[in-house]
Amino acid sequence: MSFEQRGRRIEAVRGVSFEMGREKLGIVGESGSGKSQTGRAVLGLSEGKVEATRLRFQDLDLLTLGRRIRRDLRGGKIGMVMQDPKFSLNPVMRIGKQLVEALRAHEKVSASAARHRALAALEAVQIDDPERVYRAYPHELSGGMGQRAMIAMMLLPGPDLLIADEPTSALDVTVQQTVLRIMDRLVQERGMGLILISHDLELVATFCDRILVMKDGRIVETLAADRLHDAEHPYTRGLMSCLPGAATRGRPLPVMSREGLRP
Amino acid sequence: MTLIRIENLDISFGKGADRVDAVKDVGFDVARGDSFGLVGESGSGKSTILRALAGLNPDWRGAVTYAGEPLSRRPSLAYYKRVQMVFQDPFGSLHPRQTVDQILREPLAIHRMDDRERRILEVLDDVRLGPSFRFRFPHQLSGGQRQRVAIARALILEPETLLLDEPTSALDVSIQAEILNLLVELRAARSLTFVLVSHDLGVIAHMCDRLAVMRQGRILEFAAADALDDGRFETDYAQNLFRASQGYRAEQGDIA
Repeated sequence: MSFEQRGRRIEAVRGVSFEMGREKLGIVGESGSGKSQTGRAVLGLSEGKVEATRLRFQDLDLLTLGRRIRRDLRGGKIGMVMQDPKFSLNPVMRIGKQLVEALRAHEKVSASAARHRALAALEAVQIDDPERVYRAYPHELSGGMGQRAMIAMMLLPGPDLLIADEPTSALDVTVQQTVLRIMDRLVQERGMGLILISHDLELVATFCDRILVMKDGRIVETLAADRLHDAEHPYTRGLMSCLPGAATRGRPLPVMSREGLRP
Repeated sequence: MTLIRIENLDISFGKGADRVDAVKDVGFDVARGDSFGLVGESGSGKSTILRALAGLNPDWRGAVTYAGEPLSRRPSLAYYKRVQMVFQDPFGSLHPRQTVDQILREPLAIHRMDDRERRILEVLDDVRLGPSFRFRFPHQLSGGQRQRVAIARALILEPETLLLDEPTSALDVSIQAEILNLLVELRAARSLTFVLVSHDLGVIAHMCDRLAVMRQGRILEFAAADALDDGRFETDYAQNLFRASQGYRAEQGDIA
């Protein structure tokens, strides 16, 4: 994936290959690693130029798909949750109306049936008072609540794949647990695939089944999540060892050079 | 020796029905040379306390003394020379139209300090940026480099206390490691006192000797840093916070 910037070609994602089933796949990396762009390429939301030998979702060839079908897919069979609900929800539209709109963009349902399903979706993401949230504007909700509403919206059309880009980075840790649990349960119950894009190695390792570690637009390592501590690539090891904590008190944290870990 | 003493601190915003009590009856001491951590989730009041100490929140009630002297609502210039703050967002805390040189020169001018050339070059060296960064604008710097400039700006006055508000939470982990190392080195070299606010227990565990866990404007408990070795906290809330910071755990009793 590349971008033109002032006449220069910037390659944001280079030679990335992976396939996934109905599993929880984590993509980790630091800023500029291309992890978000990889997710956007699947969704067809990239402003850059996407080139690939193959880019398939189920039996659809995403590279040659018409714009209309592509649009139906987005928010339909492939849902996306972004980092900050403050920016991904429409600030001047009530939550309920946004949910109904999202559903009716993908399915022909009556207004009352849509309302019914929107309320049920809000309940499914463990919102205690769905009626209130349905009527609320985004600014009247906390971050965790907004993110749940966002997840509810994405789940309405029954997606087969959910791409979550830093879905909990703007949330407090305890709220983060709740939101992750909701996603975890939905993935299990609905047999969805989930791509979790995050900078947080520990989180991804504990939440996902499999991890892709990205750096400078490439995948440097692919790991089973529970094998993270056996990671071999110096970059992955570097990412883990530079995390501060009780064990590192009183000594300097290892820092990374361009090649990997600097002693 | 106690450097900072806070007793019965209350901070509220707004009036009447809109009144928010952001900090309620908070008290703690920080000894000279200590590194004290304030941990909590958003809205717990941790940054509000720090901002009050930095003189940015004049509407506080209670008793705050710094080095034995009561802190005034509008602190003197001399206080600011001794106590400096580093903010979370290095993208928002540096003037976008000023060069690093101008950014570092301003505090020197305000405090009428001489020998400005030497001080600027020295402090750039201290934060490992070097003279080549002197005439760059913030947009020409990476996030980590900007945070180094923000630290340099605080250090150039040769303060004894740094108030650090989430100094690395906007940075990648590898850059965070560099900045934390820098702060630890500077603290040792200059015998600095730190008050560090963070939501990241790992950062607090690495950086602090003592910490207070805050929730909804109150301090729930104090702990020595080694409570973070294994989450030996007294309150359920602090224990939950500790567990939640260890990554995701599938359903085993609910948090929240």
